[in-house]
Amino acid sequence: MTAHPTTSRFKDNAHEALGDDQLQKAMLNVRAGFIDKRAAVAAKLPEFEALRDSARDIKNHTLAHLDLYLERYEQKVIEAGGHVHWARTAEEARQIIIDLCQKSDAKIVTKGKSMISEEIALNAALSKAGITPVETDLGEYIIQLRDEAPSHIIAPAVHLNASQVESDFRRVHTHLDADRDLQEPVQLLTEARQVLRDRFLSADIGITGANFLVAETGSSIIVTNEGNGDLTQTLPKTHIVIASIEKLVPTLEDVSQILRVLARSATGQEMSVYTTFSTGPRRATDVDGPENYHVVLLDNGRSSMLGTDFQDMLRCIRCGACMNHCPVYHAVGGHAYGWVYPGPMGAVLTPTLLGVDKAGHLPNASTFCGRCESVCPVRIPLPKMMRHWREAEFSRHLTPATQRFGLAFWAFFAKRPALYKTLTPWLMSLMHLLGRDKGYLRALPLASGWTDSRDFPTPQGGTFQSQYRKQKSNGRAA
Amino acid sequence: MSARADILSNIRRSLGVTGEEAPRLTNVEQRISTAPRGLSVARSQLPRQGQIDLFKQQAESALASLTELDSYEAVPAAVADYLRSNNLPAALRIGHDPRLDGLDWSATAIDLLHGPSDGQDMAGLNHAFAGVAETGTLVMTASAENPTTINFLPDYALVVLHEKDITGDYESMWANLRQTYGKGTMPRVVNWVTGPSRSGDIEQVILLGAHGPRRLHILMIKD
Repeated sequence: MTAHPTTSRFKDNAHEALGDDQLQKAMLNVRAGFIDKRAAVAAKLPEFEALRDSARDIKNHTLAHLDLYLERYEQKVIEAGGHVHWARTAEEARQIIIDLCQKSDAKIVTKGKSMISEEIALNAALSKAGITPVETDLGEYIIQLRDEAPSHIIAPAVHLNASQVESDFRRVHTHLDADRDLQEPVQLLTEARQVLRDRFLSADIGITGANFLVAETGSSIIVTNEGNGDLTQTLPKTHIVIASIEKLVPTLEDVSQILRVLARSATGQEMSVYTTFSTGPRRATDVDGPENYHVVLLDNGRSSMLGTDFQDMLRCIRCGACMNHCPVYHAVGGHAYGWVYPGPMGAVLTPTLLGVDKAGHLPNASTFCGRCESVCPVRIPLPKMMRHWREAEFSRHLTPATQRFGLAFWAFFAKRPALYKTLTPWLMSLMHLLGRDKGYLRALPLASGWTDSRDFPTPQGGTFQSQYRKQKSNGRAA
Repeated sequence: MSARADILSNIRRSLGVTGEEAPRLTNVEQRISTAPRGLSVARSQLPRQGQIDLFKQQAESALASLTELDSYEAVPAAVADYLRSNNLPAALRIGHDPRLDGLDWSATAIDLLHGPSDGQDMAGLNHAFAGVAETGTLVMTASAENPTTINFLPDYALVVLHEKDITGDYESMWANLRQTYGKGTMPRVVNWVTGPSRSGDIEQVILLGAHGPRRLHILMIKD
């Protein structure tokens, strides 16, 4: 679970994931479910690329003035009758929320989907304090039943198949008829709807995250498709919003620009079903809504990312497009990353939050194909930042000895061009011979880490240098 | 030092600023007071009838259903029709909107229930603040007239929308909202609703009716 990251065991996790048939079957849904839909909906909006620039610029402007926007936001929340709590660390945030729960004698807390709640491992802390957290997003509900962490930031149960969900529901919903039919996904959905409806109505406090916080109006915004976040925050007496400081945007116009790229990048929808702007508690003229409205603003290392190579990461709007398009994520799924944030955005963010000594493996789990950056709605240079981490890891001597030896071995030849030129054609012919006419190798000495799950393509044609010479003499090389 | 002071001073140290610099203060003040619209989307910049047609088309592609009515007085009969055709009981949850309350419901057999929903209603009706053509999005504002619970708890959500309240884009809608509520002031909740509730959390297959309404029906009044 999130409280005990297994990020440092990324290599082992990835190995297990590659051999997990259920996972490999489920991961096919990511490719089919997200990539084509995003491409289709982006193609329908001629301004999509320009809106990505606009979204990037809005976030950059906000980060450059973050102190001032936070002050303005806080003032507006207070004017609307809400409360703002500041938390330097995960521990402080957990304590603030537990105190609020205990003050109102809360027993059951419903929760909308929140990655910050995962980051601070809130559920474990609530349970320990005798408060029952109930996740209400369907995917989050399923993984809570399984005592798992989300494997995707917007599709937390994407690693599972319907048959697994069915057996979890049969295991936990023992008050229902044991012979009921749960063959179809829609039957699973209906059952979760019924079970959770009672929880919504009986909860003492509702906790949601925030996709954005608006400085102009003091509003927190949630974006969902299910409506669970709205029931979570509307029905109980108290609504607590947990959000990190970089969620700020200046105005309603600014957030409207960003919303145009969020759903399109995330789920391939033109707009998510529910986008909710909440400002303070129930008014004198209201007949529903929470009587108390609290916002917990979490830093947890973000203020120290400003002004560094990693500032751009704070533009992230958590759409998940980078992982949806990542070949490494497709192969190993989200759990292999071992903590809260998987995929390329996790490979950059996790080392800043957990430390490069624990999470330095993650930026290495990249083919540097660049698809993540090419789809990022706020144009975060993810590959460049992963390279920064690799350099940091190498310079702090955290890279394994075999890798350092391999690099030194290669560098020895690379620095001696004559030797390199003599040896490479010879080595190529040998590998070509071993591969015969298949064009690939199934096994390679000292490289089983590669060949166990992939074939190694054998070199075709001449070396780069010989091909270059040949093409130059044919007048094709520039 | 308090957590608040600590976080703000750490941000300022990282950015290399004090928080007192006049140009930064001016930037923020101007951004918030002028609220620049940013990039316009061509599809929303249509003549009036084009916006209305786009709203219908987009709402339906988000899987909402829609009926056009010639007058506000036609609402009760249209609601009765909808309930009947979906085999629903003749009962309707509404708030205290004088426009809806002022209608003659007596010709229908509908049992009107006033006030917020308690989760037991099959059908509820609210009056929308606006519709945004760009994505077929309804804009609902919280009040005693149109309680938020009615947008989310009933299985069938019905919404009345005046054609004249349709804007091309979100920004024009915000301009209208500021005129109604005042600059920098928001209703407690503004709900953008684009189609009925859904989830793709099981094997990435989209299923309707996750926690919110299973169906969304728009009654659009021609003006």
